[in-house]
Parts: sequence; C-alpha cells; structure tokens
Amino acid sequence: MLKMLDQEEYFYGHKGCGGCGGSLAVRLALKVLGKNTFVVLPAGCMSAVGFVYPQLCFSVNALISPFASTAAMLSGIRVAAKSLNITDCNVVGFAGDGGTADIGLQALSGAIDRGDKIIYICYDNEAYMNTGVQQSSLTPYGARTTTTPPGDHIHGSTNNKKDMFEIVAAHHIKYAATASIGNIPDYIRKVEKAKNINGTSYIHVAAPCPTGWGIESSDTISIAKEAIECGLWYLVEYEDGVYKLNQEIQEYTSIKVYLKKQARFKHVTDDDIKIIEEQRDKKNNFIKGKVKKI
Amino acid sequence: MKNKVFVSGDEAVALGVKLAKPNVIAAYPITPQTIVVERLAEMVEKRELEAEYMYVESEHSALAAVMGASVLGARTFTATSSQGLLYMAEVMHYASGGRVPLVMMNANRSVALPWSIFGDQRDSLSLLDSGWIQVYVEDAQESLDMIIQAYAIAEHKEVLTPVMINLDGFVLTHTFEAIEVPTQEQVTKFLPKFELEGKMDLDNPKNLFFSSSPAHNILFKAQQHQAMEHSRIIIEELDKQYEEITGRGYGGLATGYKTEDADIIIITLGSITGLVKDVVDALRVEGQKVGVVKIRYMRPFPEKEILQLCKNASNIGVLEKDISFGYHGTVYTNVADALRTTGKKLINYVAGLGGKNVSFNDIKNIFGELKSIDDGQIVQTVNFVGVEG
Repeated sequence: MLKMLDQEEYFYGHKGCGGCGGSLAVRLALKVLGKNTFVVLPAGCMSAVGFVYPQLCFSVNALISPFASTAAMLSGIRVAAKSLNITDCNVVGFAGDGGTADIGLQALSGAIDRGDKIIYICYDNEAYMNTGVQQSSLTPYGARTTTTPPGDHIHGSTNNKKDMFEIVAAHHIKYAATASIGNIPDYIRKVEKAKNINGTSYIHVAAPCPTGWGIESSDTISIAKEAIECGLWYLVEYEDGVYKLNQEIQEYTSIKVYLKKQARFKHVTDDDIKIIEEQRDKKNNFIKGKVKKI
Repeated sequence: MKNKVFVSGDEAVALGVKLAKPNVIAAYPITPQTIVVERLAEMVEKRELEAEYMYVESEHSALAAVMGASVLGARTFTATSSQGLLYMAEVMHYASGGRVPLVMMNANRSVALPWSIFGDQRDSLSLLDSGWIQVYVEDAQESLDMIIQAYAIAEHKEVLTPVMINLDGFVLTHTFEAIEVPTQEQVTKFLPKFELEGKMDLDNPKNLFFSSSPAHNILFKAQQHQAMEHSRIIIEELDKQYEEITGRGYGGLATGYKTEDADIIIITLGSITGLVKDVVDALRVEGQKVGVVKIRYMRPFPEKEILQLCKNASNIGVLEKDISFGYHGTVYTNVADALRTTGKKLINYVAGLGGKNVSFNDIKNIFGELKSIDDGQIVQTVNFVGVEG
C-alpha cells in the first residue's frame, strides 16, 4: 500500500477550470504511477487544457489519440514495449465519460478482450464538458445539458446512465473498480492496485465539473462525497470474478438536497426526483446482489 | 542461387513484410481483409518472424494501435481494403500529421453501395489527400519489392511520412506468379534498423500528437508538404540502392513503355498496365506508334515525369478504375493538371469499376478512339468503358 504520495508533479501548468475534478484524477493517478509511465488521452477536457503546442503539461511520455482510439493506442504502446523489452513501465489512459462509454467503447472492449496490461481510467464528469456540456451516455437522468435542454415536455436528460463498471466486469476483466475524487485514499489505493495487475484494469472515477454542473469551484470534492452518501454513486471493485463494496452507506442522505445544489438539476420536479430515487435503489440492489452472491 | 517462389500478390506482400522484420503487426480480419495477415500470423506462430501479432476489433483500432507502437520505436505493419480503409480514414490523416512512418498494404476494392467484393481503385484514391505516400504496383514481384522499399522511404528521417502500397484486388491479390525473393542479407543491407528520432522515451519523455493554434498549425502542414515533396528524391535514391543490392529497380514515380516515339499514350495505374503493354506490343507490330505511362506513385504525384514521358505524344488517354462523381476520374484530374500547358488532347476512360473486366479489345478500342480524334474535334472528357450490356 502506498504510504506517501510522490512530491513530483507530472501534470502541471494546464488550463483546466478552477476546481476541475478530472485534472485532479489525472494528477493523483500519475503521482501513484510515477515517471515510468506512458499516457494516452483522447480528445477531451484533459487534452484540451493540457496539450496545446508549445504548452505541453505532461512531464511523462504522453500523446493524444483519435477520439475513439484510447484503448487501441494503449494496447499498441504496451505491445511495442513488450517487443522492445521495455518492461518496467505503466501504460495508462485517461478518457472522459463520452470518450469511454460512447465513441471509445468498442476499442475498450477489444483491449479488455486481449487482456493487454494497460490501465484505463475513465474520469466521469457526466457530459461532454470541454465542448460546451453536451449529453453523453453517462449523463444522469434529469440533468440539463446543451443537447438536453429542460422544458415543459422533457426535463433534461432521459438517460439511465450506462453501467460502465458492469459492462467492463462482464468482460471478466482482471481488475475493475469505481472510484471518486470524493474518496481520494480509496482512489489512490485502486490506482496502486491497477499498477500491479498483470492484465487489463479499469477504474471509473467520478470527477465533478464545476463548470458543467453549476457548482462552486470549491465544492468539487464535497459534491463528489455527497453523490456517494445519497447513493447515486457507489465504490466497488471487481477482481477475478469477485465483487467487493468498498464503502457501505447505512442511510442515504437526501437526493433532493444533492441535486438542488447543482444548477444542472435546478429544474427537476419532485416526480423527477422520485424516478432518480427509483434508479438509485435499482442500481444499488443490483450491485449488492452481485456482492452477496459470491 | 536465386530464390524463386510461386505465390499470390498477397503472399508476396507477406514475404516482403517478413524480410522487413516488423516488431508489431495489428490487423482486423474483415471488411475485407486479405490473406496477407493470415500468412503473417502463421510466420509469427512458427517463429519465422519475431513480431507481436495484435488482433484488434476494427481497422480504426488497427491503425491507432500501430501508431502507438511506432512512436515507441517499433517497426509495424497493417493491411486492409475497401470499407476497412475508409473506416481508417480519420486515423490516416492523424498518422501523416503526426509524421508516423507506418507501412500499410491496401487491396484496392470497390466501396459500397452497391456492395461489391471486386476490385477498383475508388477506396485509396478517395483518400489521396490524407497525407500518405501512395504507391500502386503492377505485379507480385513489385508488391514484394515495394513493401521493403516502403519501410526505407517512410522511415527516412527527411521523409517521416506513412506509405500505402496498393495492390489491385483479385487481379493482383488473388493471382499467382513466380517471383524472386531477396535474401535476408540483401534486405538487411538495404533497410537499416528502425531508429525514430523523437520517439517516446522513458529517460527523455515526449508529449506527442498535440493540438496547435492557428499560428503554428499551418507551419506543421507546410513542413508535411515539404517532406512529401522532398520524398521524390529519396524515393529515386532508394530505388537505385535497392537495384544495386537486388538487381531490381523500378525507376521512380512513373515509368514509360515505348513512349519515346509514341503519338498516342494511355496512362495507367496498377495491374492494368500489363494488359495495356500487351496491346501496345500488338499495335506496334501493325506499325502504330503507341505507348503506355505507368503511374507508380499518386502521391507525391509524378508531374515532371508525366510531362517528360508524354512529350512526343499528341493524344493521351487516362485509363483508371475510379470516378470522382460530378467531375473526372481522380487520376485524370491530376494528369490534366500536369499537362495543362501542353495543349495535348486528353480523354478520361473510366473502366473496371466494381470488378468489371477490362479486355484486350477494350484497350485496343481506346487506342483506336484516341487515334481517330481530329484536330479541333470536341470530344467528351469522361467516358465509361463497358457500361452497355
């Protein structure tokens, strides 16, 4: 277990918004993985804020892949490293929710199927944020985005938020986990774990976006915590077929209070909240069932 | 003793790749693929080729994977065809813009709709602007030799541009010929170990494939164009070196056959050249001054070579398996630009689309038609061959 974080900065000087959850996830993961790391980023917030020539913000090897190709490029690097006898290295990708659950899903599935020793980290801010907050398939029910404007007829996104963790686990991947920047010790432990997995690992880290969510930039961590406490996000691991819940919530806090702190949910009605509560209960029961079975 | 084998165009490519000793091969088996990658898989399995073979879930991923591998300093190979090539289109621009020295084989096959598994050249010609060096070969021997030359061209530090070797689907990929295989010593002498300056390196980290502002972007694009233009000299030099080592050279971006005194010339691309040469020989027996110009590289385009080879001809036909709907065939448009100041009569023959056979007589008729154009006569520019019936 990692006791102290590396003092070195590997993602520094980027132009991310104040309170950016995604950039924190990247920064922390690289402190765990260290200097012998190859990073792949697709088009997305992190490549937009950290990768504009001549201001390049990674002090480890890094490149931007085509939008759909994060996992394919990670695999290519790992396979080349094997061929060239570069053994002591990490190959890690950081893709957003859209880059993972929408356009990058096919390549991710292919990489997990091959079992290449790569770490795929999805930083989930629940919409296409760097292009102006458009809906992705991980945008939660009710959320306002620029492509799901709330009105009299449709109250924002009608998505059910794809269960990426379960999709990945269904590949019988070596290691998968959900995480949150609302629980940094847990996230760090999971990145450390992924580093030592001999095969493909996937971490889905909840990473709030003050700009897209309509919260104060100082509230990123606290809102991420609250998402866990109200049951809309859970921390779970899957390893060699075994599911494990990492943070048991005895009593959920109010979903309404969580939602109403965010401008993107300002319009939701009590009926909407009921639907969101039902979704929460279904998802939590589903995952608890998985944990119990083992 | 020379090593002669009887192989298909596909197998010739696989033999060439094996001799180039790639580190990483990534391929998707369909949309459609060729047996090139099957032969390579067998070679890897038998340890005749010490490469990592990656099975990927799409062509898009195949090209992305070899890009990632290449910038780590690995020599790579991938192959595709038709729809698969089009699916790669995004990554093709990406690779050339990133100056990644990839080598890819493409089997030229028709693109849907209508679906067709047969050959034409609309797949690769529609990607002429993707920044890749495009080579079109005539036979299995040239396929093998050009795969080896392609690595030397792509990886040359003054070029650093990906190269696509195009073989006509079926006509070339699926037919068998006797070819000569160079020795490993010869190839090793010609093709140095892959050393990529500016590769990703744990001791000297790089940030690659970045964004750029408008101020810088045009500079990178100008450099990309300059590298492609400069490749003309490198291509010729490398072909000469290859000839010195193996005894086989191909003569640069375009070559002529009996063009010296020809009044009438047909310009071709790919495997149809052999048939046109046969017709030229037959018509020469009858005393007709005809010739053929074979375009070997569509990019960089052999403008000067075509001007030189066609200098004595008055009537020229461009025969191609392509059409850019609403104008001409793409080869014609390029040739017309090369000959724009010469006042020669130029006609476009669009043939062989979707695998339609082009016969000896079809070509003979084209020469006949070209010969019969009188001064001042207005002729239709684009003519489809074999549409009737």
